[in-house]
Amino acid sequence: MRPIRALLAGTAAAGLLLLTACTTDAPTEQPPAAEKSAAEEEPAESGAESEWFVQEDYDRELAQRDVEPEGPADQPWLQAIEPEYVDTADFAGEGGTSEGGDKTLCFSNASVSNPWRVTGWITMQQQVEVLQEEGVIGEFRVSDAADDDNKQISDIQAFVEAGDCDAIVISPSTTATLTPAVEAACESGTPVIVFDRGVNTDCMVTFIHPIGGYAYGAVGAEFLVDNLDPGATVLALRILPGVDVLEHRWAAADKVFSESDIDVVGVEFTGGDGAKIKDLVTQYLQRGEIDGIWMDAGDGAVAAVEAFEDAGQPYPVFVGEDEMSFLRKWDETGMTAIGNVYSNFQWRTPILAAQMIWAGEEVPSEWVLPQEPVVQEDLADFLEANADMPSLHYAKFGGEDLPGYPEAWTDR
Amino acid sequence: MTLTAETSRSTARQWRERLLSGGSWTVLALLVVVLVVIVVINPSFAEPVSLMAFAKKAAPLVVLAVGQYFVIVSGEFDLSVGSLVGAQVVIAARLMDGDEALTWPVLGLMLVFGLLVGLVNGLVTTLLRVPSFITTLGMMLVLFGAIRLWTGGAPTGALSESFRVLGRKGFPDVPGQFQVPYALLVALVVVGFAVLLMRRPFGRSLVAAGDNAVATAYSGASVWWLRTRAFLLSSFLATVAAVLIGGFAGVTAQVGQGLEFMAITAVVLGGVALGGGRGTVVAAMVGALALEALFTLFNQLALPSTIRPAVQGVIIIVAVAYAARRRRT
Repeated sequence: MRPIRALLAGTAAAGLLLLTACTTDAPTEQPPAAEKSAAEEEPAESGAESEWFVQEDYDRELAQRDVEPEGPADQPWLQAIEPEYVDTADFAGEGGTSEGGDKTLCFSNASVSNPWRVTGWITMQQQVEVLQEEGVIGEFRVSDAADDDNKQISDIQAFVEAGDCDAIVISPSTTATLTPAVEAACESGTPVIVFDRGVNTDCMVTFIHPIGGYAYGAVGAEFLVDNLDPGATVLALRILPGVDVLEHRWAAADKVFSESDIDVVGVEFTGGDGAKIKDLVTQYLQRGEIDGIWMDAGDGAVAAVEAFEDAGQPYPVFVGEDEMSFLRKWDETGMTAIGNVYSNFQWRTPILAAQMIWAGEEVPSEWVLPQEPVVQEDLADFLEANADMPSLHYAKFGGEDLPGYPEAWTDR
Repeated sequence: MTLTAETSRSTARQWRERLLSGGSWTVLALLVVVLVVIVVINPSFAEPVSLMAFAKKAAPLVVLAVGQYFVIVSGEFDLSVGSLVGAQVVIAARLMDGDEALTWPVLGLMLVFGLLVGLVNGLVTTLLRVPSFITTLGMMLVLFGAIRLWTGGAPTGALSESFRVLGRKGFPDVPGQFQVPYALLVALVVVGFAVLLMRRPFGRSLVAAGDNAVATAYSGASVWWLRTRAFLLSSFLATVAAVLIGGFAGVTAQVGQGLEFMAITAVVLGGVALGGGRGTVVAAMVGALALEALFTLFNQLALPSTIRPAVQGVIIIVAVAYAARRRRT
């Protein structure tokens, strides 16, 4: 009887956990994959066969990589790919409490919970300081939701209810859940600027983002295909499932791999934890050779490289990110690698967009920023330019011309 | 003849009882079974190099489980160790920022900080009579929040090479060849020290305090100071684990996350009773090894690593239910 009770308790617990696992928020607007056939009634949970993969978006993003962006070449944060401009004359000089200068800019931040966001957040604050000195911005009001959707919804509501924001900048924490809050902000008549992750509405004046996850994932996968022999083994390391930007990266990579002769020996979730990454890679190396590593974000890339060192194995062809610790490791080891980029300089753009909107200048309704990886030829330049930067800094942060440079980023 | 047969039969029964009793023998049997299954699936795991890699990976959890054992056997919990490990690694990385000269001063500071956290946990639990579940849950959140506040959300800096030696290297120091990881030696020293400590009057009183605090107090022991020392030991060993984990893989934003539940699961898996008073420190160590082995097995079976928390939850419930079964019979 009693062992049975113990078993029952275990089974009940397992069932409960499975149930709760299904309640995570998933973006609702997921158009069915274009080539879905009747045979595929149950699509894979992730990858190119999954509901995350949208052929149209994939094709568009891959094409956008080759489009020459409009705008000043030395200021990539002001460049835009295939922009469709909207008129903002309605917002010029009106709205809010202040006329002319000294506007109140409100920013609802999803979080600063990873080094990429911390780097961008510093850049944004530096850009705001410039505009404050010019007298464009009077007050910069910020709320940080610490990755909590509910907190961010009430943060945005608070901005709307206060009624004295001259523009609201939003970096949403998740897509579907934040959509109504962003719509409510739009209805208040205040210009709304959304950047980084998207929402399921186009009510904002401008939506600023780099090309996107498909391009990010495909760049790395193509690099591996080009630099490895057919039949080579690749291990894919992912942070976590179910987040659209990360799912798109893997879906695109999966698509590229499936059309090549690369043998993907494993796809693992690491949580971005260095210890877990090193352990996983070490175990794969015990079982056989790994010729290439694909990562959906650079966090902990160095731990993966170290696993090869500690196992006495030759370096793999490596897809990392433009994080300084990885770029430095890449340079030290001389391995074949690419530093993927999810343009960190996009944190400057919303501030400048607010200035343009207040001035009545037209802005792109969807502001697609360039997104170019760091390749071997640029590596030395980026290392030199960021020599004093901490290891969890991102090379393409785009703040070199701001007055606080470099102290604001080095003393964080 | 008949006598030998009878003895062997009764020995067999004894063994069966031992293995199914839910104590240290059960978890040892589990560890052996899991290791055998791993070797069957992947024979290369049995090679000395792979086993040493496993030992290096498992060492921090063993150290944490020993620390957690002291607290649990005295009748309390320490939920703050995961956050403490994370805080220590992040503090170390930020303060030394890769500077070799700062390695020892920073290690000293980590030690002081660790003991301070343990002291606060212990005194708040014993003197202010806040249940340790709440005290250490609060400490977990305080540390997590304070570190985020201090670093602006994500860690900065780097650990020096000499800091990382303990967690990453071994001797002889030839990558890819057989080596005994320093982390394994550290874990062995910690376990040896803990076994000795549990045989001393301190250890016996600690178990007694977990079993029956009132009786222990009447016997003349100072229960609050016993338990405070258990918290000090737990925080000290969490600091040691932080040095090993930081050394193993360097600094990332997620370091330390969920380790408190890993440590508690390991201890419970070792048959140590929640609520205190029963269980051995060696069993806690074997519990830690069994848990790490189980996760290695899941990895070999290509199960997604997201299944880990679910399995941990099931293990905690089943292990406690199993232990409760033994207590009633």
